[in-house]
Amino acid sequence: MLALQLAWKFLREGRTQSLLIVAGVTIGIAAFVFVSAIIEGLQVNLLEQTLGSQAHITVEPEETPPRPLMRESGVAFARRIEPSEPRRRPFDQWQRAVRRVEATDGVVAVCPKVTGSGLAYRGAAEEAVEVVGADATRLRRIVDIPKNLVDGQYRLGGDEVVVGSSLAEKLGARVGDPIRVQSGDRESVLRIVGIFDIGSEMVNGRWLVTSLRNAQTLLGRVGDITEIDARVADVYEAERIAREVEAKTGVATESWMERNRDLLTGLRSQDASTTMIRVFVLLAVAMGIASVLSVSVVQRRGQIGILRAVGTSRAIVLGVFLWQGVFFGLVGAFLGTLVGAVAGEMIEASALFDISVTPRLWLTALGVSVATGVLAAYLPARRAARLDPAAAIRGDE
Amino acid sequence: MTSSPALLELRGVRKSYGDGVATEVLHGIDLVLEPGELVALVGPSGSGKSTLLNLIGLLDRPSEGRIAIDGQAAEQLDDRTRTRLRGEKLGFIFQAHHLLPGLSVIENVMLPSAASRGGFHPSLRRPAMELLGAMGLGQWTDAWPRQLSGGMQQRVAVARALMNDPRLVLADEPTGNLDTETSDQVFALLREQNAAHGTAFLIVTHDHELARRCSRVVELVDGAVVYEGEPGGMKS
Repeated sequence: MLALQLAWKFLREGRTQSLLIVAGVTIGIAAFVFVSAIIEGLQVNLLEQTLGSQAHITVEPEETPPRPLMRESGVAFARRIEPSEPRRRPFDQWQRAVRRVEATDGVVAVCPKVTGSGLAYRGAAEEAVEVVGADATRLRRIVDIPKNLVDGQYRLGGDEVVVGSSLAEKLGARVGDPIRVQSGDRESVLRIVGIFDIGSEMVNGRWLVTSLRNAQTLLGRVGDITEIDARVADVYEAERIAREVEAKTGVATESWMERNRDLLTGLRSQDASTTMIRVFVLLAVAMGIASVLSVSVVQRRGQIGILRAVGTSRAIVLGVFLWQGVFFGLVGAFLGTLVGAVAGEMIEASALFDISVTPRLWLTALGVSVATGVLAAYLPARRAARLDPAAAIRGDE
Repeated sequence: MTSSPALLELRGVRKSYGDGVATEVLHGIDLVLEPGELVALVGPSGSGKSTLLNLIGLLDRPSEGRIAIDGQAAEQLDDRTRTRLRGEKLGFIFQAHHLLPGLSVIENVMLPSAASRGGFHPSLRRPAMELLGAMGLGQWTDAWPRQLSGGMQQRVAVARALMNDPRLVLADEPTGNLDTETSDQVFALLREQNAAHGTAFLIVTHDHELARRCSRVVELVDGAVVYEGEPGGMKS
């Protein structure tokens, strides 16, 4: 209590110095918050764009390798094997696999899917499509199509189909129009009930989403699926969870991190450079606090000597300067976060992605700022506590 | 019948400074102060008066010898215990009054009690105000030290030294920076406290007139006691 009271009185007495260092810490924390908010916003945006149309984890049986034709004698008949469209193995006991994936820690949504290529016709227009069949409720938890609808509704019952905006444009189709879809020698006529724009041309230009049953029939996989998609709570845990899922199901499992290695490397490099910037900013803040408090200790040698002479313990003298560090950290964090958030708001319009100071970032800035303040204050505080009171009162070095 | 211990007892106290070839500034000091005494410590500059005062005030440690306060040997105590002992039993008055400029007058007076009680509790205001009233500063309790004259500041320092009702007050040239009239006023306050409450004083001074008004004089020359007794018998 006494340490806090004296710290406040010291701060008030040297208010010019206090204001200057608070301004310094504010600028430092503002830079910390601003850089963090931009990088966080950018990364969230990149991840949303990347993961908006794909699962975090995909469980998919490996493709059946082509087998050479053999004569009865066991000698190969064909010497050269021409690769054809991969034929995926049936997904054995996929319902059990779905339950196992659902029961895995960290998994928040699971969707069994059947996918395959086909052709869509409307009038004279013909387009290659990726037929995606799934339960509507389960699928929206993996890929949020309803949120990205530009026309119509998100429904996958009966003959209903939802298509990407580019595909609809290329087919010249609108909501309510029928389209003919063919895969191999199978054919269905489906009715467009919704058009979506998910931000990925690959998806917008090819996806044709319908019910699981429609797709199974069309793709010749009645009762079967081709993959199980899953979403996890922490996207950066996807790889670890994928390995766990693979061990549980015994089926090949791939995470988004494996599929997007370049993106991940980019994000990690960005993280490393952001961390360096943060560290340098915090070092500058710490040095500012430490230098001001060091000067304060020298200026107050006589006062510290008197405090010790009248019975103030070393611990309280240490506390007086540590509390000043806490004060600089707290006020700097509060004002710096405010300035950083305002700066973020100002450039948000031109940044094309959301820059916001989240509660987590605010708390991080607060914790980091106070910790920096205390650590920076520690050496000057220790020096003050160790002062020889007799020498301090005399004014000796 | 056992006699109560002396308030302060020094036996063979030596103090040296410097590494390697050390310079000894106090050469085996023996000194006893009884409760309620008003003792002047005189001597030329460099004779070791302030060094001795720092040792008695537990602000420094002797190189050799024994220092006991109220019968408690203090030279080997750890820093925490010495700090507590200092706060409870001793009061300090310095030549340059050494008030803390960031604290108001009353906060400066409350400081020793705040140090022992862990904060500036409201209950400390009343005794501090009484002391300031006794010093004739009742109207200045919430002023800042810079708003007071030198004499007034020294009276605040006296009030601060008395705040914890110490057994012994160590005063280093308490009137050194004051004019004769103010000096007389401050010394009168010390005598009054001594007479009324039995607080012992050890006053370092160059002022032989002031020393003559004390009950006993200890004269230090070149780190050794050369006279101890009635003020009238001083050598210089």
